Amino acid sequence: MNKCILLVDDDPDFLLSTQTMLSSAGYAVTTAEGVADAEEKLTRHRPDAAIIDLMMEEFDGGFSLCHHIKKLDPSIPVIMVTAVTSETGLNFDVSTGGDRSWIKADALLAKPVRFEQLKRELDRLLKE
Amino acid sequence: MAELRVLVVDDEPGMRHSIKRALSNHTVRLPEIECEVGIQLQEADSGERALEILEEQSFDLILLDHKLGGLTGVDVLDQLRRRELDVMVIMITAFATIETAVRATKSGAFDFISKPFTPDELKETVRKAASHLLMQRRARELTEEKRRVRFDFIRVLGHELKSPLGAIENYLNLMKDRISGNELDAYEQMITRSLARAGGMRKLIADLLDMTRIEAGEKKREFTTVDVKEAAERAVEGVKRPAEERGIAISLEHTGPTTLVSDRGEIDIVLNNLLSNAVKYNRDEGAVTIALRGDDESITITVRDTGIGLTEEEAAKLFQDFSRIKNAKTRDIPGSGLGLSIVKKIAELYQGGVSVESRPDVGSTFTIVLNRHASSAESQP
Repeated sequence: MNKCILLVDDDPDFLLSTQTMLSSAGYAVTTAEGVADAEEKLTRHRPDAAIIDLMMEEFDGGFSLCHHIKKLDPSIPVIMVTAVTSETGLNFDVSTGGDRSWIKADALLAKPVRFEQLKRELDRLLKE
Repeated sequence: MAELRVLVVDDEPGMRHSIKRALSNHTVRLPEIECEVGIQLQEADSGERALEILEEQSFDLILLDHKLGGLTGVDVLDQLRRRELDVMVIMITAFATIETAVRATKSGAFDFISKPFTPDELKETVRKAASHLLMQRRARELTEEKRRVRFDFIRVLGHELKSPLGAIENYLNLMKDRISGNELDAYEQMITRSLARAGGMRKLIADLLDMTRIEAGEKKREFTTVDVKEAAERAVEGVKRPAEERGIAISLEHTGPTTLVSDRGEIDIVLNNLLSNAVKYNRDEGAVTIALRGDDESITITVRDTGIGLTEEEAAKLFQDFSRIKNAKTRDIPGSGLGLSIVKKIAELYQGGVSVESRPDVGSTFTIVLNRHASSAESQP
């Protein structure tokens, strides 16, 4: 059966192009245009992996969604994509500590995402 | 700064005592920068002790005696400079010789005062130093603030230019790989979207150029008598096609004199931005009303639409650079996020203002006031 990917971004063009690419690579794709939309879709269907944009309508929308997915099922690999890694100063390898420690994503890719790289990461994470 | 932190360094207890009496309940008034500061005083009986205290605490001002038991005042000054401490020094000298004064000033003292001095002389010297210090700090803060604003702007701009470029690159890569086979029709949507994103980028660059021109003031503003009503008619013509496609009716009404001595380009930018927004954010079969109201003082332009409207929270952010209201209703509407910020900057050039009244799902009314005297005063030689 085809592996199912949840794809979340508020940029419709990123959704369309990535979906086209993933479908042609043999994945089944569900798209969501924001955190709320994604959370709603997660209640109905559990994906094999998720690809999430870090910065959506809220500053850390991607983070909270990643947290949500890992709480639902820690075995679902999450790939974060972002156009602004260097500028946000957010570090993925270190949890911010305190009472609220973020569950880190399994991979981080810079936008614009190279499709080859995205496919490689997906294959690697889904094999594990 | 609520208090001026002052360190008094003198080996004579009597001198420290009289300085303390003069300054400890004293408020320094600085009318030139609309500021009043109290004084917090601390004492040291030698240069060595002063340097120890300065390791632990920071001060704004040091009253430093030159003739001390061990290290001299100038020695202390040299140490301060070596440590690169941001503190202002007033030297106290018993014999105000030119030589000491020159040496002290060379070593970085701001001023000097010679013994014996009256409490009023001391207060005046401290006041001058405080005034200089505070003005210097304000200037530094302003520079820092400007630098930060500029940095933020460029950072956001970079992001705003990178996203459409990324989207276009993605589509081109898919087409290069013939991801949907060899039929050109399969790529129709990708081509349409790429063109839309390229168009958005072009609009952003055009808006940026408008904005830079306004902010830099490089382009000479050319004042002529502009009929705002005619300019509005031209702007209506500009949005006619997208409006007709969606069945949006546009009407123009006016009362009073509609001519204004102004820069034609600026008036066009204001009207084009407001009208294109009123159409873009409208519902199908909606309406746009432009009303011009002129009197001796000003011209008021109101543009009313029947569109998606704004919440109060959204309206508050609307006139800032790159402020785009992101929600499900605006997702597919292109915009640079600079249009209204430009409108606001132009209104300010005419000593006017912009405001918005809005209700979600009912519509928005934008009001722009342009004052007559602002432009006519500037156009006089």
